[in-house]
Amino acid sequence: MTALASTTAVATEAESLPLDRIDVSRAELFERNVEGDYFARLRREDPVHYCAESAYGPYWSITTYKDIMAVDTNHQVFSSDAGLGGILIDDNIQKSGGGGIDLPNFIGMDPPQHDEQRKAVSPIVAPANLAKLEGTIRERVGRVLDGLPVGKEFDWVPEVSIELTTQMLATLFDFPFEDRRKLTRWSDVTVAEPGSGIIDSWEQRNNELMDCANYFQRLWNERVNTDPGSDLISMLAHSPATRNMTAENYLGNVVLLIVGGNDTTRNSMTGGVLALHQNPAEFAKLKANPALIDSMVPEIIRWQTPLAHMRRTAVADAELGGKTIKKGDKVVMWYVSGNRDDTAIDRPDEFIIDRERPRQHLSFGFGIHRCVGNRLAEMQLKILWEEILKRFSRIEVTGEPVRVRSNFVRGYASLPVKLHG
Amino acid sequence: MPHIKYVEANGTEYAVDAPAGITAMEAAVKNGVPGIDGDCGGVAACATCHVYVDPAWLAKTGPAADGMEKDMLEFAEDVRETSRLACQIKLDDTLDGLVLKLPEKQH
Repeated sequence: MTALASTTAVATEAESLPLDRIDVSRAELFERNVEGDYFARLRREDPVHYCAESAYGPYWSITTYKDIMAVDTNHQVFSSDAGLGGILIDDNIQKSGGGGIDLPNFIGMDPPQHDEQRKAVSPIVAPANLAKLEGTIRERVGRVLDGLPVGKEFDWVPEVSIELTTQMLATLFDFPFEDRRKLTRWSDVTVAEPGSGIIDSWEQRNNELMDCANYFQRLWNERVNTDPGSDLISMLAHSPATRNMTAENYLGNVVLLIVGGNDTTRNSMTGGVLALHQNPAEFAKLKANPALIDSMVPEIIRWQTPLAHMRRTAVADAELGGKTIKKGDKVVMWYVSGNRDDTAIDRPDEFIIDRERPRQHLSFGFGIHRCVGNRLAEMQLKILWEEILKRFSRIEVTGEPVRVRSNFVRGYASLPVKLHG
Repeated sequence: MPHIKYVEANGTEYAVDAPAGITAMEAAVKNGVPGIDGDCGGVAACATCHVYVDPAWLAKTGPAADGMEKDMLEFAEDVRETSRLACQIKLDDTLDGLVLKLPEKQH
């Protein structure tokens, strides 16, 4: 009854506000898991929506699949340049001035520099390298799953999702394995704003990021003086496109790769457990036909949408959905909304593991900034579910998930579960 | 109805009769040709329908176009002179007999 009452209240809240007062950037909407009601209203009534006042200043919200695709594939007009504010609604995450520090990296660059730096690291997720990683991932997944208690409640987030993604990152960087939880912390800190529960002040964040910079500088110094290896740091230290980059640019790329490989897969690992618990008929389908893992994995990534948005800055006036976006305006593509757009995706609010075209979702973005690690992420999730099905009959969610207070990372702080043998 | 041949990296061939007007990506996906993903649905925004046009056909299909197609091919694996995104090859009767080779994997 309580749950029902609160749902109704929220629907009223999202429906009753005047359109010009709607601000979907409020992180607490995501923490309360009510952002979907707001986006549903915007898609219906004002799909290209201008918010004049927010904690991040004025910004446009792009909420439909088609319009998001139009912005994402028009990098000439919609810039990712960190100097203009970068790729997040909060300018301070990538740029100094408002409290944060400059974190230049290739996701916050336009061509041609973007292309050169991205190409320096993309071989690590090329098909041949993924094939090499598969055995290692499967062995580690197996070891983590074998260490879990059966029939006893525990928190899936730290025990499985964080542990597995952190191990993967340590492997990609050839990072000292015993220190790997530092990577988790730096990932969290990078995208945190003061008051998020992760950091208390910009100063604290900057200090922790300096520790990260120093640690990685040491690794760089080791690798640059040895033969080129197949880990990310060695690739950056030896590639002509990146070997002379500034220390700032190096830190920027390091935290980009940490966040890109961590928050995303971690929350899809948790989201999948929740989605299958809430949709027992889909779980039954999966048990009857484990080959559906192939189409379930992209569906989990769509359903979860672990990164809620990406931001661009208009560098010329542009028409979109009958509105004029002015040069200099902040433009936010809400992937989480486009992935629930019923003009592009059939029954988008439902979790359906055997969709015909499951990879047609926005979670990886499209265009030149499309997630470089998308196939690695899919492989990690596929292996996880294959190994889960070999070991357990069911993962029961035993309490409410705690969601992260962020308009960027759409994820979970905890998810209590019980395994059934 | 143009007849298209897709050749996997391992040599396996798939023959498809496609209605004129659709793209080489759509023809492959509709006929279950493996190795062409087409994640973005056909707007040159993901580069998961990368193919190599048989050199004999390159004059007819033309090379990769400036703009999104070339921009996205920048990030595909093992890109060559003959590389195209299949979603940007619209099929018509002049392409009857077209041969497209597939890369090892889409990336």
